[in-house]
Amino acid sequence: MDRMDSALQNLRGRVIEANAAKTPLRLRGAGSKDFYGERCDGTLLDMRGYRGVVDYEPSELVITARCGTSLSEVESLLARHQQFLAFEPPAFAADPTIGGIIACGLSGPRRCQAGAARDFVLGAALLCADGQLLHFGGKVIKNVAGFDVARLLCGSLGILGAITEVSLKVLPLPRAEQTLRFEMTADAALESFNRWAGQPLPISATGWCNGQAWLRLSGAPSALRAARTRLGGELLDAAPADEWWRGLRHQTHAFFREAHTLWRLSLPSTAAPLAGAGPQLIEWGGALRWCASDLPAAELRGLATAAGGTALHWRGGEAGQRFHPLAPTLLAIHRRLKARFDPHRIFNPGRLIADL
Amino acid sequence: MPQAEFDADEPRWSECAEAPAAGRRLAVAQALRALLPADCVLSGDNELRPYECDGLSVFRQQPMLVALPRTETELRAVLLECRQLGVPVVARGAGTGLSGGAMPHASGVLLSLARFDRILEINAPARIARVQPGVRNLAVSEAAAAHGLFYAPDPSSQIACSIGGNVAENSGGVHCLKYGLTLHNVLGLRGYTIDGELMELGGRTLDAPGLDLLALCVGSEGLLLVVTEVILKLLPKPELAQVVMASFDDVGKAGEAVAAIIAAGIVPSGLEMMDRKAAAAVEPFVHAGYDLSAAAILLAESDGTPDEVREEVAAMERVLHAAGATAIEVSRSEAERLRFWSGRKNAFPAAGRISPDYYCMDGTIPRKSLGQVLKAIEQMEHKYDLKCMNVFHAGDGNLHPLILFDANCEGAWERADRFGADILELCVQLGGTITGEHGVGVEKLNSMCVQFSPAERAAFFAVKRAFDPPGLLNPGKAIPTLARCAEYGRMHVRHGRLAHPDLPRF
Ligand SMILES: Cc1cc2nc3c(=O)[nH]c(=O)nc-3n(C[C@H](O)[C@H](O)[C@H](O)COP(=O)(O)OP(=O)(O)OC[C@H]3O[C@@H](n4cnc5c(N)ncnc54)[C@H](O)[C@@H]3O)c2cc1C
Repeated sequence: MDRMDSALQNLRGRVIEANAAKTPLRLRGAGSKDFYGERCDGTLLDMRGYRGVVDYEPSELVITARCGTSLSEVESLLARHQQFLAFEPPAFAADPTIGGIIACGLSGPRRCQAGAARDFVLGAALLCADGQLLHFGGKVIKNVAGFDVARLLCGSLGILGAITEVSLKVLPLPRAEQTLRFEMTADAALESFNRWAGQPLPISATGWCNGQAWLRLSGAPSALRAARTRLGGELLDAAPADEWWRGLRHQTHAFFREAHTLWRLSLPSTAAPLAGAGPQLIEWGGALRWCASDLPAAELRGLATAAGGTALHWRGGEAGQRFHPLAPTLLAIHRRLKARFDPHRIFNPGRLIADL
Repeated sequence: MPQAEFDADEPRWSECAEAPAAGRRLAVAQALRALLPADCVLSGDNELRPYECDGLSVFRQQPMLVALPRTETELRAVLLECRQLGVPVVARGAGTGLSGGAMPHASGVLLSLARFDRILEINAPARIARVQPGVRNLAVSEAAAAHGLFYAPDPSSQIACSIGGNVAENSGGVHCLKYGLTLHNVLGLRGYTIDGELMELGGRTLDAPGLDLLALCVGSEGLLLVVTEVILKLLPKPELAQVVMASFDDVGKAGEAVAAIIAAGIVPSGLEMMDRKAAAAVEPFVHAGYDLSAAAILLAESDGTPDEVREEVAAMERVLHAAGATAIEVSRSEAERLRFWSGRKNAFPAAGRISPDYYCMDGTIPRKSLGQVLKAIEQMEHKYDLKCMNVFHAGDGNLHPLILFDANCEGAWERADRFGADILELCVQLGGTITGEHGVGVEKLNSMCVQFSPAERAAFFAVKRAFDPPGLLNPGKAIPTLARCAEYGRMHVRHGRLAHPDLPRF
């Protein structure tokens, strides 16, 4: 047995032990998203020991990595073959693990064009409460054998079990990228983002903040030229442009740094700008609105619901429920799934839903 | 999760064929007629016959009854009544499925969504379509065309198949390499569980709180809920699309050309392959102009702005030349592009023209194994004494070997069945899967025993029971019981192939 296998054995032993004793575990990778989700108590189970890229063949557009593999390792390997993780997972201030990235299921600026983390999940291995290691999905792009449990795990915050390995679809890096900037109000930006998205333009990310709309184009140089002629705007140098998109992706942009209490609103992209919800940063063509707001939670949730979406209390501010409440019928399904997969509630109890 | 527990729960009639008790049909029909207008409940033999199979007609079973609700209220009432009476329910869209997923139960209600056939909303600024599940796939793109938009997943059956069926199977099409499967193009679902509970999953936003039940329900083959409304993502129509058609004198070389295109950083909007037998079968039918001397034909499509397409087509031509293409043609007009595709899209009907029956397989493999699999299939043709023509979604490694047979010949179906199972096992061995887009249905239950361990199958049952505690929605499909796998394992060992398929992998 090599070192890696013993790392897995070790994780398995800890899980079996916890399950027998019915003591909760708090699964953790690099801790870059400790702030994310509901409060969760339990003995720390560090997932970083089980690491390494298991399989990567550029011509298959698939990479398989163990949960503890760092994002930087995966990204630098992919970059050597001109490929990348197109959902641009946020790293925040650390170097997150692949397992944590998938367990949280967060995506960056390219999400509205390329798809979310879950869209790139092809397969996953799950270490269950009873110590069994289950494999779902696989390493191929099309696969409908069995329920799509691999994608269910994406964003599950570890409440169904420990994700020990994932296979992700990767894409070739765009041949060229350029960023345009426009002076516009939030209203105009939302109108423009939605109108542009309905046209065959190579837009790979959009953002609005402080009276400026930012637009990233990705693709063949000729397609970028054609789009620029059509769109106008100010063409930015690569360095400040990259810096701005990194700032959105990893939340190092001043808007995020300066926000005391941060809310993440997932809305229909065409929803009007939210009045009275404090300074806002818009992403994903209008589908994602960040609000630096000290409004009471109930008011923000009310605003989001009225606009046809949901509000997540991202960080800062008062304690209280983070995620938008679920409809009772959906909550019932969550309870039954949890009861089957993790009857003694040893995996991240409460992290996704307070009493689950 | 021990599977035995779920096995014990699996209802007796999950084998689909168990006949209802005397008087049961009449009693259930009466109960449903109290809920629906008379013409919405069918019970006569002649009325039931059209529902006895889906597109995989070797599996047939007449339902006890057919219900055709017209509204959500009626549909929910039917579900609650069936729940109350303990009657299994099988949802049906257009019945084009190729795995027997919509095959009825002898003692069950076949729930047709045919009357849920309205496009409720085309919202051009938001680029979404809200449709009922009985709407045909192609009808969505037709309705969106006026706004310069389209719905990307385009199964070859798109003139007939329903959006509800697409969601249940997570259907793909020739353009899913670039634009994704149904999963990637569905934003929201509305549906009912067997308990009559309304499920609203996803919506008009890009994500929703909680577990991703939307992803779980796409591809769930009607086992978790009955879908009554779907919100689809619409995309802007590319300005231009062109197809490159390349001939190869060797299937292995064609397979390598596919890998070379991807390795060159190109993601074509479609990348399909046909072998010589497939080209020969479709050509007299569609007159696409296929090179009948070629061992394999590749079709690679590029779309985007005119300049972009010109660059990408040139790049693909270079790669194809280097990979040993013996001839290359590029479509010069939209009509020609559609003509190049017509053969690929008509491969199944063409198989039906040259052979009394055909059996379509749907395994997926890593692209690099294409050549190897084709050679193996050729050997199996001898072993089973049956011909097989091959079409593939080559870009994503999804094979559709079409096994030709004559069901009237003694033992021919059994040979075709074993031929198919052999191909699927090879797919699993190579790191692939037994179904890329057609689903498990009743057809691939045995192959599920090969791909998944008992604990994995138990997890699937756990998911099923979380949505459907009594196990009444499409029971007996998609997930095999432990007993069934044990039986299949014994049969296998007798054939001297796979030992202990039901031992856990860990
Ligand atoms: C010639 C031909 C070509 C094909 N080409 C392709 C292809 O390129 N790609 C591809 O992916 N498939 C293809 N198929 C397979 C088939 O068309 C697809 O699986 C399609 O999505 C089935 O849709 P349907 O409406 O006919 O569903 P049905 O066959 O009626 O049902 C399929 C499954 O969906 C369930 N279901 C249907 N409606 C609902 C609902 N509202 N709620 C819950 N469950 C429901 C049923 O219970 C069943 O399990 C092809 C089939 C044929 C005959």
